[in-house]
Amino acid sequence: MSEKANFRENGGVRGWFGRQPTWVRSVVVAVALVLAFLLPYAGDVPLIGPQIVTEGIDWPSALFNMSYYVLLALGLNVVVGYAGLLDLGYVGFFAVGAYGTALLTSPDSVLYADTGWKWLMAVPVALALTMVAGLVLGWPTLRLRGDYLAIVTLGFAEIIRIFATSTTTLRGDRGFASIPHPPGEWGGKPIFGVTDAVPYFWLGLVVIIAVILGVRNLDRSRVGRSWLAIREDEEAAEIMGVRTIKYKLWAFAIGAFIGGLGGVLFAGEQGFINSQTFVLQFSILVLAGVVMGGSGNMAGAILGGALISYIPDRLRGISLGDTDLYEYRFAMFGLVIIIIMVLRPQGLIPSRRRAMELKDREKEVAPQ
Amino acid sequence: MSEPHMETPEELDRANERPVDEAAPTGNPGGATTSDSVRGEDVLLEVDHVTLRFGGVVALNDVSFSLRKGEIFGLIGPNGAGKTTCFNAMTGVYRPTSGAIRFQGESVVGKKKHEITRGGIARTFQNVRLFPEMTALENVMVGADAHHKTSVLSALFRLPRFWQEEKSGRARSIELLRFVGIAHRAGDVSRNLSYGEQRRLEIARALATNPTLLCLDEPAAGFNPAEKEDLLRLIRKIRDTGVTVLLIEHDMRLVMGVTDRIVVLEFGKKIAEGTPAEVRDNPAVIAAYLGVPTDAA
Ligand SMILES: Nc1ncnc2c1ncn2[C@@H]1O[C@H](COP(=O)(O)OP(=O)(O)O)[C@@H](O)[C@H]1O
Ligand SMILES: [Mg+2]
Repeated sequence: MSEKANFRENGGVRGWFGRQPTWVRSVVVAVALVLAFLLPYAGDVPLIGPQIVTEGIDWPSALFNMSYYVLLALGLNVVVGYAGLLDLGYVGFFAVGAYGTALLTSPDSVLYADTGWKWLMAVPVALALTMVAGLVLGWPTLRLRGDYLAIVTLGFAEIIRIFATSTTTLRGDRGFASIPHPPGEWGGKPIFGVTDAVPYFWLGLVVIIAVILGVRNLDRSRVGRSWLAIREDEEAAEIMGVRTIKYKLWAFAIGAFIGGLGGVLFAGEQGFINSQTFVLQFSILVLAGVVMGGSGNMAGAILGGALISYIPDRLRGISLGDTDLYEYRFAMFGLVIIIIMVLRPQGLIPSRRRAMELKDREKEVAPQ
Repeated sequence: MSEPHMETPEELDRANERPVDEAAPTGNPGGATTSDSVRGEDVLLEVDHVTLRFGGVVALNDVSFSLRKGEIFGLIGPNGAGKTTCFNAMTGVYRPTSGAIRFQGESVVGKKKHEITRGGIARTFQNVRLFPEMTALENVMVGADAHHKTSVLSALFRLPRFWQEEKSGRARSIELLRFVGIAHRAGDVSRNLSYGEQRRLEIARALATNPTLLCLDEPAAGFNPAEKEDLLRLIRKIRDTGVTVLLIEHDMRLVMGVTDRIVVLEFGKKIAEGTPAEVRDNPAVIAAYLGVPTDAA
């Protein structure tokens, strides 16, 4: 066999993509990137445009929302999809990133006199803080698996929310206002203003691309192999020399970092956060997105993350009789998830491995 | 290649041209019935009065034996005799209730499982435990990673060490798949491999950690005679690369054909030790295997 042969499976679109020469792949990637950056103008595309960008949608804001949901889904996918650690409290890291930014920049913060930083200065500190939060959550939960881990992480997110609600420093409902926007000027006007969400979407897109590249590099290295091995059989992995504790902590820290990125972007766009922003439902939604898209697979996480944000927005302004469907968005949303999971239990864009697993099970139960 | 652990089996072969039997039992005429008869400098692994209890069950009862470098050592006994437990104690899965286990003179008790592996003890499992959704090649590469030093940061930014180790680890893993005879399945997800291929893959994955001692837990279970014959050939080939082999086996005939020395366990106790010929004629062993006085099926 050839040493250059791709050692993962070669089926379907991804298989086709993998077999193409470098220039074809570069062109495909470049076209996809250009299209992604042109998404704010999707409404102008004849026929399909108006179907996607309906009257009721504030499209640029919807796109920005999608971008941080996608970030969260990508981060959670590292923890749940790759390392197999069921984390139900992922919103906690999003909150830490956003609160970190708010504390360092908002005039409402007790630290304002000492810091009062610009957004960009706060970013690295807030991200470091989320990574520490990831380790703080990861360390005591290392021995836990499956259901137990899920319960503890659930508790973690609730602790952060209750902390935010009830401590004076974190200001509860009153929250933090006047969080500065990201820097930059264009033609004498700030790029990141309050009226236009498109630049924020583009910023989110740039961050997403960086995250995809980073996670892909990790996935295709001993780090990704270690995560997968831990997911498949933790004890066997350790007996084969994998430092399981180290790699589980890294999964938590990297997942937290990516969630924190979502948080700092969110704070920078909204300019205001309070304790109502980070409800538990949020964690569940993101997890639903990852599973719906196809756990353990970045393309799936991206699609799933985008959909959980888009579907409720799409329902805005659509009425059935005299009921506005947006009122029933979570019911509709639940219905969509159920339909998807029934039709495609492995997710919309399944991880190759998972897809194969399910196919084999079908074979096993099918009569000869 | 600068790092010694990156040697391919061929290279190991060359490095090991001295006859493996040099360390084997030439001065062993009376039959080694105690571990004390093994000369100190040749000892690779020492199981020293190990007792291991699970609640009321005494899985290992004051068991002692020693392995010499370069030999194929058999650990046999009826089901439930404590063979797998012995492996588990050696590889850090269980901690002996009392007694010591020394590998190359150093105690392994209390060490982490991955440290023991990196120290040179590799194993397979009685019930195959591969990473089912990873390809055969990836499975072996996990083993090869045991000695890699690529950090998360060098993987993230694809620093030179990443490229270098990924390339050498991959080449070595393919080499090992070829060595055990399943190179053509490299790209297949391991759960789709046949049972026999999975057993071989486990051996390749264990070899990838570059062990000094390879422990095989009933590698021939479920094999037909032809497959068993192939496996014996593979085990000898592994020994000939300089790796000491500790073989748990159920099938007496198989063990007789390949091992240099054997320890027999029954109900957690060592009941015999010696060359295959000695063990075969030992009345206690015959009794244990024929189910006399107890019916240990
Ligand atoms: N984790 C465990 N907990 C309790 N008892 C165990 C455990 N592992 C093994 N045993 C017991 O120890 C004894 C030896 O088992 P084992 O080492 O698997 O035997 P063998 O591999 O020789 O067939 C058996 O009686 C078994 O039931
Ligand atoms: Mg056993």
